Amino acid sequence: MHLQFRLLTIVAAVALIACGKKPAPEAPAPQPTPTANQPAPTPPSEDAAAKAAREQAERDRLAREAAEKAAADRATALQQLVAMIHFDFDKADILSDDVSNLDRKAAIMQANPGVRIRVSGHADERGSDEYNLALGNRRAGAAKRQLVNKGVDGGRIEVISFGEERPLDPGHDEGAWAKNRRDEFEVTAGGESLVLPQ
Amino acid sequence: MTRFRAPLIGLFATAALSGSTRLLAQDTTQAQEGVRVGIEYRPGERPSIVVLPAVGRDSARNILLRDLDYSDRFEIIPIGSEGASTTVNYVLLRSLGADFGVELADVSGATAFRLHDMKSGTMRKEQRVNLPPPGDPNFRMTMHRIADEIVRNAIGTPGYAASQVVFLANKRAYRVDSDGSNMAVITPDGDEVLSPTWSPDGRKIAYTKFVAGQGSLILLDVASGQRTVLAPTTKALNFTPAFTPDGRTLAFARATEEGTDIYTAEVATGCCLQRLTVGRYSDNLSPSYAPDGRRMAFVSTRAGLPQIYVMGADGTDQELLAPFDYGVTGSSNAPEWSPDGASVVFHRDVDRSPQIFVLDVAGRKVRQLTSSGRNEDPTWAPDGKHIAFVSDRSGTRQLWVIDIITGRVRQLTFTGGVRLPTWSRRF
Repeated sequence: MHLQFRLLTIVAAVALIACGKKPAPEAPAPQPTPTANQPAPTPPSEDAAAKAAREQAERDRLAREAAEKAAADRATALQQLVAMIHFDFDKADILSDDVSNLDRKAAIMQANPGVRIRVSGHADERGSDEYNLALGNRRAGAAKRQLVNKGVDGGRIEVISFGEERPLDPGHDEGAWAKNRRDEFEVTAGGESLVLPQ
Repeated sequence: MTRFRAPLIGLFATAALSGSTRLLAQDTTQAQEGVRVGIEYRPGERPSIVVLPAVGRDSARNILLRDLDYSDRFEIIPIGSEGASTTVNYVLLRSLGADFGVELADVSGATAFRLHDMKSGTMRKEQRVNLPPPGDPNFRMTMHRIADEIVRNAIGTPGYAASQVVFLANKRAYRVDSDGSNMAVITPDGDEVLSPTWSPDGRKIAYTKFVAGQGSLILLDVASGQRTVLAPTTKALNFTPAFTPDGRTLAFARATEEGTDIYTAEVATGCCLQRLTVGRYSDNLSPSYAPDGRRMAFVSTRAGLPQIYVMGADGTDQELLAPFDYGVTGSSNAPEWSPDGASVVFHRDVDRSPQIFVLDVAGRKVRQLTSSGRNEDPTWAPDGKHIAFVSDRSGTRQLWVIDIITGRVRQLTFTGGVRLPTWSRRF
């Protein structure tokens, strides 16, 4: 299954490269269907029509590719905006592994001034239930401060805490706990037209 | 029923109170010593008690027996309900080793509960009660009150049987009688509940209604089920509410992006929101008032890990309450001031597992009460000698009750997934 998919991807890539090298279609232009009331088109007008069709197809293709790229960019930007960050036990310090993650979020928010986000802090099940609400709040606040330090307007970032009330992994081992000590990011406005920073 | 105040009993009450104040300042071994202050029999041992059989009153007698047992202040001398004499035979009861005998007698339609003192060979106290029938909803609580009075008349301070514990399970609040009976859900299906706490008069529960990472404080009238929102808590995450002893003010933690801080507001009006701590990115939460209302214990992360602090009711004089070794002692949380004011109970991580600790407020010394499994979120029984807490020692999270004098524990719930208990006053 996986191999098949990769093969298809390669085929598609090869086709795209071929297409890029030879803008003119290799197949002959489609013949217009003759009708009873019109004489058969002469070769020069046939050439003009074919050219127009080719140009239209080219414009369509460019527009389609632009739309596809925008959609892909939007998906990438969204994915990077909502990518979670994680924390050490009973800590709210941003880990060095997550600094570039937050830098990227800040850049995306700068490139998309209409975007607003909500950061929710979470804790693993080990600490005190009520203390974990405060800890989750501190974790969400830490991410917000990092984004604000990178120049994002704080008014665009809401922070909330779920404490240990919404575990991502219901397990009771370090693997589960590590996943559960996290900030989640949710786009609350402006998510429809996200662009990637230049 | 509770009006009896013979000078002798008054004396015992005083002695027992000062005794309990003192014993909380001491470790377990010395604490045993304190027990005898209120008791005139065989120092160092618990007095023994017999509850005589009572024809046709088995259910009343059984509740009484269990309450006296759970009070942990007596050795119960078991005698069967058949065949034995229902009248008091001092010679026979002394031969059984009894210090006290309880007799249930019919007196012109009412039931008389008589506490007999074997040493003096006299009746010490009679409570005469028109008992509801055993099926009546008030029957059990009436019996619990009688049991608490018998404890008071025997040792000087009342038991805690006539009380209830509220706790969380499956995101809802439940209440259960102190003996594990009558468990019932008290919050509606839609409310995700956190941080429940009893009002001092035993009529309301304040709790956090948790919605999408934020939480408002709800005041629930337990009898009517009516709920009101405390006005200034409709924004942000408000949690760990605690009533002042007069019931007029609620202190609570509020989490904002600057951190978590303690605020107060008036219960009746929601008026006069006041901020007591300024954490600046540290957390301050879990307030619990001393019974005089002048001070409150709370949790703060100002030194790194959460530890137990104390401040005036107006936020002044903030200082460390429970001593700890920086970099060694684990997190400490969930403080609750004892009804007699002498102690604060809390849980503290030992090898990353929470255990119940009691702090002697005057001496600033802590004593560890539990060591088996995870034990957390303690709450005082109204007698100030028992503590309910959450423990996973049975394999699931359940409520357990520990007697801080003898260390005896018993399991209170059997439902699983239990959290955050709060114990009522004596009803």
